[in-house]
Amino acid sequence: MEPTSGKFTQNARRAIGDQRLQAALANFTTTFPKKRLDVIGRLPEFDALRDEGVAIKTHVQANLEFYLARFEERVSEQGGTVHWCRDASEARETILGLCRAANAKTVTKSKSMIGEEIAINEHLEAAGIEAVETDLGEYIIQIRGESPSHILVPAIHLTGPDIADTFKDKHAELPANRDLSEPEAILREARAVLREKFLTADVGLSGANMLIAETGSAVVVTNEGNADLVMNLPKTHIVLASIEKVMPTLEDAATILRLLARSATGQDITAYTTFASGPAREGETDGPQDFHVVLLDNGRTEMLANDFTDMLGCIRCGACLNHCPVYATVGGHAYGWVYSGPMGKVLTPDLLGAHKAADLPNASTFCGKCEEICPMRIPLPRMMRHWRERQFMEGKGAAAKGKSGLKLWAWMAKRPALYRMAASAAAGFLGLLGKGKGRIGRLPVPEGRTFQAQYRENAGEDQ
Amino acid sequence: MNGAREDILSAIRRAAVAPDGDPAARMADPRPNLVPARGQGTPDELLARFLSEADAAGGTFTQLASRDEIPAAAEGYLAANNQPLEIKAAPGLKNITWTQQSLLTVDFGRAEGADHVGITEAFAGIAETGTLMVLSGAENPASLNFLPDTHLVVLDTSRIVGAYEDGWALLRGENGKTGFMPRMVNWITGPSRSADIELILLLGVHGPRRLHILLIDG
Repeated sequence: MEPTSGKFTQNARRAIGDQRLQAALANFTTTFPKKRLDVIGRLPEFDALRDEGVAIKTHVQANLEFYLARFEERVSEQGGTVHWCRDASEARETILGLCRAANAKTVTKSKSMIGEEIAINEHLEAAGIEAVETDLGEYIIQIRGESPSHILVPAIHLTGPDIADTFKDKHAELPANRDLSEPEAILREARAVLREKFLTADVGLSGANMLIAETGSAVVVTNEGNADLVMNLPKTHIVLASIEKVMPTLEDAATILRLLARSATGQDITAYTTFASGPAREGETDGPQDFHVVLLDNGRTEMLANDFTDMLGCIRCGACLNHCPVYATVGGHAYGWVYSGPMGKVLTPDLLGAHKAADLPNASTFCGKCEEICPMRIPLPRMMRHWRERQFMEGKGAAAKGKSGLKLWAWMAKRPALYRMAASAAAGFLGLLGKGKGRIGRLPVPEGRTFQAQYRENAGEDQ
Repeated sequence: MNGAREDILSAIRRAAVAPDGDPAARMADPRPNLVPARGQGTPDELLARFLSEADAAGGTFTQLASRDEIPAAAEGYLAANNQPLEIKAAPGLKNITWTQQSLLTVDFGRAEGADHVGITEAFAGIAETGTLMVLSGAENPASLNFLPDTHLVVLDTSRIVGAYEDGWALLRGENGKTGFMPRMVNWITGPSRSADIELILLLGVHGPRRLHILLIDG
């Protein structure tokens, strides 16, 4: 997927005019925050748990080398292999190499944002290997050739009839007159089509919500159970994860899991939380023969050293999207790449380069809601300001554009007579506009005279 | 890619993040962080919470006096839900006298695509969210939890604990402090679900549509 983050303004304009998208956004930006409030209302310790989560992440960032080395050791002891990759292209090549070694024709995938980040599907497809997304929403957008518009609900921008049309188009082998008017029917069809893939895939490729140093485990949460089929059925399982996902212990993972689903979907916990540790053991009749972990940096070590370290604490719950007034207005596609909403405004310039996403940190009202609800207390507005400052220093971005206006104002302000004349002319002009028709006519009309003129008059009365 | 490993680790060192805690000590003695009140209580309170949370997550349950009652309860549940009376069971459940229910067909082994009903045994039940903790192994194939349309799970009441951390402690206690992790630990809370189509909640997306717990007393 070619990023269009540099065209946020155009993307946003299109999104605002899209009636169906607006209806979908209104639905879910009210649903998710309410569900979140309900579940945290039943967990009085929620804020204390957030503090603990932040403390764990701070500890991990300070000891990242230790925990990654320990994780690798444990994976090896269990018969698995860790592959270190500096960037997206190394990760793509590594995964392709593993798939080729497994003689893979079909790879089943469970949702992975890192997979989106490195565009692994396109890479495998180009090499003649079928990569099938198995999360229902992710599958729908994959066969439509789109990118996810929300980190948790990738197809939130589509209606049931949209999806039914897509299925009729893409599942051409099925009877054309079948009834897909009910969501249940769409689900049954997806289940049947994907079941065939689950059972025949040669490689399963999953992401990981966490990696556990103590046990060499990959933790994956889903509600559908698709990741478990991806991790259990094929002969080879590849975990794709970035380095900041490592956690010290199972106990630490439990703490983070208490925050994740509550913040994300407003569930106490997802239906499935899986701790996968290595290949099949002695005597086991299922599970993979080969277990690989592709450990990706792709900009994370840079973030560890710069102003954006806190962003490495992100657990990808998506709460900042669900609560963001800008996201609620433009949806996920306007952000032009994998990560949308407030997290995307910080991550996208970091991972793609600031010049490719200059508008994103500026597309904020700075209402602060994202920081308020972030389970990891990431200061998202502050980091957007960092980006704005950098742009300003480089003479770019909206703040820098404002500079010429300020210069003009300063020049005028030093010339009082000219300033008075221009101000009263502007007030008069605005007054005329107020008498106009349509949208312009609804503008509030200036109170007739300028502030300076009124001040002179009042000052005269006082004397 | 050995160069990549060294490059990444040296970039981490160069970042020189301020020190925090002692990672080796944390590994050597894993301790619980804050355990919420809902993960604590007397055995009776935990049983009641486990059942109400499991129910809220869309699971169902039957309480049985002993393991001998499992075949009849399984048959009753499947008949009531119009499901085929054919079970693929975990080999660990071979010691149950399945033949007492003549209508029930029971096979043992991992799940295949055609299996409609799977039955496994849970290692523990976690009260705080009504979660089943199921371990993989030769005796308890993990695919049985996910591939069939209906999942039956045997759980001893005595294995109900308060919090996730209690589940880990139980696992460490029984399997030793190192190498205690099976290939898979599955936390299962209710049946498979998705809200990917217009946020409408649908059950049985890829995993089971039905999750039924057979809870053994005593």
